[in-house]
Amino acid sequence: MAKSTHPIVGRTFLPTLTDAPAAISTRRKLRGLRLDDVFDIVGALASSWSLTWLLFGWLTGMQSSVAFVVVNFVLFLVAYGVITSLKNRREEIKDRIIAVLLASAGTILISALLFVVIYTLGRGQLALGHLNFFTQSMEQAGPLDPLTVGGIIHAVVGTLIQITIALAITIPLGITTAVFLNEVGGKFAKFVRTIADAMTALPSIVAGLFVLSAFIRTGIVPRSGFAASLAITVMMLPIVIRASDVVLRLVANNLREASLALGASKWRTVWHIVLPTARSGLVTAVILGTARGIGETSPVLLTSGISAVMNFNPFAGPMISLPLQVFDFVKSPEPTMIARGFGTAATLLVLVLILFVLARTFGGKAPGNLSKSAQRAVHRQSLADEARIEAAMASSGSVSSPRSSATTNSTASKSSAAPTKRNQKK
Amino acid sequence: MASRAPQTSLRDPNTADVEFSSRRALVQLASFADKLFIWIARGGGIVTLSIMVAVGLFLGLRAQTAFGSQGWNFLTETAWTPENGKFGIAAVLFGTVTIALIALTVSVPLALGTSLLISELLPERIRGFAISLVDLMAAVPSVIFGLWGVFFLQANIIPISLWVSQTFSWIPFLAVTDKSGNPLTDPSAFTSSAVIAGVVVGLMVVPTQTSVMREAFSQTPLGEKEGALALGSTRWGMIRAVVLPFGRGGIIGGTMLGLGRALGETIAVYMIISPIFEINPQILKSGTNSVSALIALRYGEASDTGLSALMAAGLVLFLITLVINFSASSIVARSRSGADSN
Repeated sequence: MAKSTHPIVGRTFLPTLTDAPAAISTRRKLRGLRLDDVFDIVGALASSWSLTWLLFGWLTGMQSSVAFVVVNFVLFLVAYGVITSLKNRREEIKDRIIAVLLASAGTILISALLFVVIYTLGRGQLALGHLNFFTQSMEQAGPLDPLTVGGIIHAVVGTLIQITIALAITIPLGITTAVFLNEVGGKFAKFVRTIADAMTALPSIVAGLFVLSAFIRTGIVPRSGFAASLAITVMMLPIVIRASDVVLRLVANNLREASLALGASKWRTVWHIVLPTARSGLVTAVILGTARGIGETSPVLLTSGISAVMNFNPFAGPMISLPLQVFDFVKSPEPTMIARGFGTAATLLVLVLILFVLARTFGGKAPGNLSKSAQRAVHRQSLADEARIEAAMASSGSVSSPRSSATTNSTASKSSAAPTKRNQKK
Repeated sequence: MASRAPQTSLRDPNTADVEFSSRRALVQLASFADKLFIWIARGGGIVTLSIMVAVGLFLGLRAQTAFGSQGWNFLTETAWTPENGKFGIAAVLFGTVTIALIALTVSVPLALGTSLLISELLPERIRGFAISLVDLMAAVPSVIFGLWGVFFLQANIIPISLWVSQTFSWIPFLAVTDKSGNPLTDPSAFTSSAVIAGVVVGLMVVPTQTSVMREAFSQTPLGEKEGALALGSTRWGMIRAVVLPFGRGGIIGGTMLGLGRALGETIAVYMIISPIFEINPQILKSGTNSVSALIALRYGEASDTGLSALMAAGLVLFLITLVINFSASSIVARSRSGADSN
């Protein structure tokens, strides 16, 4: 170092602690924007906006606001390219422009999503403001009645009944099948997996058409909520199977092998090791499948049909669901009906949002990563196991070993979630 | 053997090694509980399989009547009048494909850009949030997208359609003309067009495509990415030289999965389009159709022949999406090395 405060040459020395901080310069920032970059962007924005404004207001007579945005965007890219070219080489200019393009794609997508959500919620306000919207059915309300009459309770009930029946079939069947694909295996399992994958391609309306012509037209099941549940099941089952299959595949094989090596039977391994490890992922799979099932309109249209009255019986009479009610409301030209349609859509959207948040809260963790409370539960379980084993050893007459760390560790690894052992130690 | 000197030696493969017993057969003797478990699991698989095979078989059998009465005309006829014994899916299939292709033109750039943005540019802390937002978009019901398309997008896209049709009228499919070829300028000629339906469906399939592409990009080996950067490449240079070639399977597969979903979309399309039964190559002009919208439109009035005809249309749609999905997933799987090594 030229600026070294020790003029001695040819000798190593220990730096004294007092002058050490002064010798180290501050850490260089390797990421993020430099002030130059910010100015580049601000400058490009300003010049492109002004130019567009000139073009639209003064030089030509263009009016459309969409055209304004498009022209502004193109001019921004040009201006940004020119400004960066002042100091950078071609590769860097390309890099900057592409970064802007990628960021624009993301922004467009996210704003489209937010816009769809906010637009629906916003226009739904009108109907949602009336409490009767959630307590009455449309039985008494005609198309010309104000929003203070009539509501969507029958559609809410219909949706809940239909999705419950569909889930009652889908969850056991879907997870059993996924367990079969992963834990039993074999040629037949591969074949089932192929077919299940193929069925994810089945358009939902074709599922509805199948139930319509196989069950309803043949007289096995009348047009009813149950028929709609069947159609939703046919649509949801492959989705749930595929998602659960992926989750189960992520369970580390050495967990299974450890369990089998300790002498556990196959079903105990599945029940006590594989399924608990994959629990959060399975919950996510089911909830996301439910969100898809709840939002399906066309199968319910074909198999249950539109009704304005409350129907608690899934086996007789048409039973409407929320999305179908939206569809039915907005077919009418009456503004109150359209407002009801948006109110129903907002309700449906909130329901889906809740399901989505639930899926993210409960699940979404990698297999074996447990929450704090689950870790504590595993810890308690292993302590109980230890006590049980020691009691068994004491009663069988062998010398009870003093409580040692080795015992704790070995019992902990026997308990249902071996990978959490590391987490507990933290 | 005991007399042999204590040295390691290669065994002579020619001398028979009688001392070694033959390999033991490791037969798994499952307990009763295990057998029960395996049979329950297999039973689940069998039930699932039979449901799905039943759907396929039933569609196929019921569609036979329609295929039998129309033969190959089923694919070339545009009219849909089962009551007169004359129907075909040329027009609806054309509409379906048009809408799906428009959807892809909207969705692929958005999905590609967003997935690259999420996997390469966004800092770690925002990444998870962005992924959640895109996943959330996949969960928004299609009827809500349809609602947005009808009540918001339609009114706002018509001026643009009008301008495009006038400026680019020399491109055949962008022109909007009446039967004798005169350009139309009335806004009502631009409502309920394939473009509006296509844009809405496009937004609906972006999340599917984004998640497949992002997954593929995120599996790019870190060493090669860092290698490119260490050689002085810019971020875009690195993306072009490393990430895009590695993610090519994901890009193609994601695009095709999106195409499969776009082809099968029903309710949003049904809400937006005004159904016609002729081939309309002018995508900005009002009037188009799709197979699933046709089913939703005609299921109520259908006689047995009519239902069989709808089944046949549904079967054709299903077969198309099936082929697309299978090739997509095989492309994705082939590009992902080690996925089957479990």
